[in-house]
Amino acid sequence: MSLGLYVHRTSALHAAPAGAKMLGLLGATTALLLFSSPPVLVTALAATLGLYALARLGPRELAFVPHLCAWVLLPLFVLQGVLSGWDTATRAVLRLAVLVLLAMLVSLTTRASDQIEALQRALRPLARFGVSPARLGLLLSLTLRFIPLLATWVHEVREAQRVRGLEHHPIAVLIPLLVKTLRTADALAEAIDARCFDAEDPP
Amino acid sequence: MKTRDLVHVALFAALVAALGLLPPLALPVIPVPITAQTLGVMLAGSTLGARKAGLALLLFHLLVAAGLPLLAGGHGGLAVYPGPTGGFFVGWVPAAFVIGALTERAWRRLSVPLAFAINVLGGIGVIYAVGIPWLAVSAGLPLTQAAWGTLLFVPGDCVKAALAASAAVTLKRAWPLLQAPRAAEPPSSPP
Amino acid sequence: MIQLHAVHHHFGDRPVLQGLELTLSERRIGVVGGNGSGKSTFARLLNGLLVPERGRVLVDGLDTRTDARAVRRQVGFVFQNPDHQIVLPTVEEDLAFGLKNLKLPPAEVSERVTTALRRYDLEPLRHHPAHLLSGGQKQLLALSGVLVMAPRYIVFDEPTTLLDLRNRRRFAQAIHDLPQTAIVVSHDLELLRDFERVLVFDEGRVVLDDVPATALDTYERSMA
Repeated sequence: MSLGLYVHRTSALHAAPAGAKMLGLLGATTALLLFSSPPVLVTALAATLGLYALARLGPRELAFVPHLCAWVLLPLFVLQGVLSGWDTATRAVLRLAVLVLLAMLVSLTTRASDQIEALQRALRPLARFGVSPARLGLLLSLTLRFIPLLATWVHEVREAQRVRGLEHHPIAVLIPLLVKTLRTADALAEAIDARCFDAEDPP
Repeated sequence: MKTRDLVHVALFAALVAALGLLPPLALPVIPVPITAQTLGVMLAGSTLGARKAGLALLLFHLLVAAGLPLLAGGHGGLAVYPGPTGGFFVGWVPAAFVIGALTERAWRRLSVPLAFAINVLGGIGVIYAVGIPWLAVSAGLPLTQAAWGTLLFVPGDCVKAALAASAAVTLKRAWPLLQAPRAAEPPSSPP
Repeated sequence: MIQLHAVHHHFGDRPVLQGLELTLSERRIGVVGGNGSGKSTFARLLNGLLVPERGRVLVDGLDTRTDARAVRRQVGFVFQNPDHQIVLPTVEEDLAFGLKNLKLPPAEVSERVTTALRRYDLEPLRHHPAHLLSGGQKQLLALSGVLVMAPRYIVFDEPTTLLDLRNRRRFAQAIHDLPQTAIVVSHDLELLRDFERVLVFDEGRVVLDDVPATALDTYERSMA
C-alpha cells in the first residue's frame, strides 16, 4: 500500500520494525502519562525532535505542527490556564505535543502495510471471533477497494435526492445508501464464492 | 463466518469511511454541526449485530491507524489517538458492539423509541464513557471538567440517535438481517 | 457436458424453475427470456451458486449438490455489474484473487496474471486502482479474473447490459474468441446470433430450444 502518511527516507527509524515502533510508542505514551514533570517533558520534547532529525524528516513533514498548535494546543493552553493555572497548562500542552509528535513520527516512518501487518499479529486472539489474521488481510483489502465506490454512492444518492430537495435530509440519504450496500454485499458474496473462495478454509 | 458476513464487515467499514465525506449538518438550536460518521456507527450496530459491527469498526480503525484520512475532516494516522478527541473515535468499536448486541436482543419488538434508547445507551453512553476519561487523561483535565466540556455535543448526538433509530426501524422492514437470539426466544405459538 | 435432471426450484412459495431436463454440450449456448422467467436462476444452477430443490445438475459428472467446490473450478461466472465482481484494490491483485483461492504457487499465479493482463491490453493498468477503470475495462477485468482460473465453462449473466455500444461489441468479440464453452444469458439478442443453440425461458420452463435463427426470431415476435 502506498497510502497513508509514510514518507520515505533512509534512516534507522525507517528501517526499524513496525511492531517495535508501535510498542515503543505505546510505552513512551504510558511513561509520559505517568511521569509528567517539566524536566521529563522538556527532555522528551528534545528527544522527540532529535528523533525527527535522525529520521531525516524536515520542515515539510512537520507542516502539521502549526495547525496542531492553533487548533488544539493553544485553545487547550488557554483553557487549562484559566481553569487550573499556567503551570498545569504548560505541562498539559507540552505532554500532548510530545505524544502527538511521537505518534506522527511513527506514522511518517512506517509503511501503512507494515503497520497493518503488525496490528494483525497483535489481533491474533480475534481468531476466536472467526477471523484469522490472513482473513483480516482480505477484509482490509476489500474495505480499501470499496471506500472509493461507497464515496461515489454517497455522492450519487445525494444527487438523486437533490432533485427532491432532500440532499441534506439524513434519512433520505442513509436508507437508499444502506439498501444499496446490503444489495451489493449479496452480489459480491456470490461473485467471491464463484471464484472458488472458501469461507471455512483458512488461507 | 460465511462469505456474506465477511463482505458485510468490509462494506460497512467502507461505509463509515464514506460517511466521513458528508458535510456536517448544521441544525437550528443544536450548538455544534453533526457529522454523519457516528450515524454510520449506530447503523452498523443495528444492521449487522454485535460481532460483525464490532469487527467493521475495528477494521475501520486499523486503516485509520495506518494513516488513511478516513475520519471526518480527513484525519487519520496514529496521532489521532493520543489527542483529546481520540477516545470519542476509539469508543466507536465498543459502541457498535453494544448497539448490535442490544438490537439483537430486542429485535422482535424493535420500535423507534426502543432503538433510540439503544442508541443513547450503546452509542452516546459508551462513546462518552470512553471519550471523557480519554480526554481527561490526554488534556490533563480533571474528569468533571472534561465531562462538562462535552456537554455541547450531547444534543447533537441525541438527534443522531433519533435519526439512526428511525433508519434502523425502516431498514428492518425493508431488509431484515438479524434474528432474535435463540436462547431468548420463547417457544413460538402457532400463527 | 452439463446436464439438468428433473430440476425444480422455488423462492418461498413461488415456483421459479419447473421440470427442467437439459443436456448442454454445445460450445455457444444463449439463454433468453423475460424478467422473472427463471433464466438467472438457471444460470446460477450451473456453477452451484444455487442448488436445485429437486433434481440434479451435473457438470462433467460432478453433482453441484455434493461437489460444488469442484464444480466451481470448472465453471466460471461473469455477472452483469463489474463493480459486484472486482473485489481487490488494484487490477493485478484482483486478477490473482481466484488463483490464490485455488492455492496455486506464487510463480504460477504471477505467470497467469501476466498472460491475463496481456489478453485484453490491461498490462499498462497492472497497478491501477480498479475503481478508476472505465466500464468496459472493468467488465474485461471481471472476465479476465475468471479466465485466469482456466475453467472449462463460463456462464455469463447479462454481461453487456451495463456497457455502451462500443464496449458491448468489444465484449461480444471477447466472448466469440473464447476457447471454452460459453453459456450466455442476455437481453442483447445480437450477442447470441452466431451461437449454436438458444434456450427461451418463460415462467420457469424452456419453451423454445433451437438454433438462434429460429429461436430468436420467434422470441422477438412473441415480445412484439
